[in-house]
Amino acid sequence: QGKFTLLRDTRTDGSFLVHHFLSFYLRAGCKVCFVALLQSFSHYNIVAQKLGVNLTAAKERGQLVFLEGLKSCLDLLFGEEEEQPGQPSPLQFLSESPFDLRALFDFVRVSLSATDSDSWKGPVLLVDDLTVLLSLGATPVAVLDFIHYCRVHVCSQLKGNIVVLVHSNEDLEDEENELVVNSLCHHSDLILWAEGLATGFCKDVHGQMKIIKRLSLQQVGEQDLVQVYQYKIQERNVTFFARGLSAAVL
Amino acid sequence: LVFTEEDKYGLYSNLLFKYFLAEGIVCGHELFVASAKEHPDNILKELPAPLLDDTHGEKLGDEAAAVKSEDFQDSMKIAWRYQNLPKIEASPTTYTKFGHYYDVSKKMPSELLQSIKWHSFYLHEELSSQPKMKACNMNSAYMRLLQSLQRIISQGGFDGTDPQKKPKNILRIGIQSLGSLLWGDDICCSETPEDAHSLTKFLYVLRGLLRKSLSACIITVPAHLIQNKAIMERVTNLSDMVVGLESFIGSERETNPLYKDYHGLVHVHQIPRLNSLICDVSDTKDLAFRLKRKLFTIERLHLPPDLSDGVSRASKQELAGSAKLLSSGCGAMAIGKKHLDF
Repeated sequence: QGKFTLLRDTRTDGSFLVHHFLSFYLRAGCKVCFVALLQSFSHYNIVAQKLGVNLTAAKERGQLVFLEGLKSCLDLLFGEEEEQPGQPSPLQFLSESPFDLRALFDFVRVSLSATDSDSWKGPVLLVDDLTVLLSLGATPVAVLDFIHYCRVHVCSQLKGNIVVLVHSNEDLEDEENELVVNSLCHHSDLILWAEGLATGFCKDVHGQMKIIKRLSLQQVGEQDLVQVYQYKIQERNVTFFARGLSAAVL
Repeated sequence: LVFTEEDKYGLYSNLLFKYFLAEGIVCGHELFVASAKEHPDNILKELPAPLLDDTHGEKLGDEAAAVKSEDFQDSMKIAWRYQNLPKIEASPTTYTKFGHYYDVSKKMPSELLQSIKWHSFYLHEELSSQPKMKACNMNSAYMRLLQSLQRIISQGGFDGTDPQKKPKNILRIGIQSLGSLLWGDDICCSETPEDAHSLTKFLYVLRGLLRKSLSACIITVPAHLIQNKAIMERVTNLSDMVVGLESFIGSERETNPLYKDYHGLVHVHQIPRLNSLICDVSDTKDLAFRLKRKLFTIERLHLPPDLSDGVSRASKQELAGSAKLLSSGCGAMAIGKKHLDF
């Protein structure tokens, strides 16, 4: 309860983690607000079906609030003049100030409110992926502020969880990106870091996952617990195994 | 508007671009061609002619069309290619049912061109009309392009908003040399450009448009001119498929005996992972292309057999060195590259 999980990927695609958490929380009966900035609804829907969850049904019964970033953006830019007053687009910052992600936060706040706590077990905010906001011109500070507000609202007030995906690659000198990612790392309770293998592409091992449990945040003097596994992604599943012990080798 | 991503001189990426458009014509798709460099009319005149096989020409077309319509039902791709590289007409032995072959030495007959509907966007001819898009701090050239695209998509019924439109077709979009100076974007000029976000915003909106409609898009970008690596990463993130072309013209690899059969390398940086947890990763990542008189092919890179007896030790070491460089550059699993290890 009240945890902030950071999904991080480097040189590989960590979106399989997003799909996992989405179906995990939906199956657990939580109310999920999914800010999907990078892919369309049907993409997530199709993958979720393979994992055994129906997103359309979840949306209909109110368990899932889905923000399709691509569609919102088009509506904002090409939409008709008469917008409903008092309901600004969550991606307002695109056409207005890049320093202010308040509209996006308001969307989250309205979607996950205290009144839902009767029907669902705990609210969850899921974001895929946060670094796209930087590509769209938002400043790093605005992005961090947004996350901060979300944390206060979701984790502290509602005792819900937040899961956020970010891309990072330290070699690339993307300062804005690294600023956001490092800052989030410091504040996360759990970090799942998917990396491409340092030795290059391999058919049987798609990457390496570092799991960092930030015990140092809970108690002074505790060390973070770091575990490393390698993984292979399959059609409906991801298998994890200890380093060097992939099924292809054994 | 046609954008060509060239390897350095834009020869091969231009070719790839034309292949994409030519395929569209042969399959009966609609085309939207945008460029700031050449007039689209000229580009379309230069498309390669299709090789129509007498025995199963029609059957080929039908099957290709069938496969394509399945593929594109709700998935659209931004194929972003930088540097030259031919399209995936790879091994002529298998997979002959997908796509068509083209004869580079001949031009596409104009009757074929007339048979499909195409739209062009030539930046310098576009009237500077007041864009109907809400302002969003984007380069005005990009905004106009987006607006034009959106208009074509909704008018042509590609996004399914108007149920009365005629049977669905696919819109093939080709954008040449995006990000270059001709578009008013300065990311190719300096490491800290003034407007670093126009291109990424453009790509995001383009992605939205593609996802919403039945279209596929190829963009070429002069990536070798973009010095800011962060931008490249962001652009890669926003694209579905990223392919790089590296031609050997003018580089030291031209004379390297490793590469004597080929004209350049293909770097596949990213493949689409749509509607699935996994993506279709091929066995090898070392691909090279060559432009023969008539055909442009991409093949798996294999080293020529080391037949010479009197090769000195020094040059063999050099070969081994470049083979290693190749492997690490492509991050590949070295299938079939059982070169001697020194």
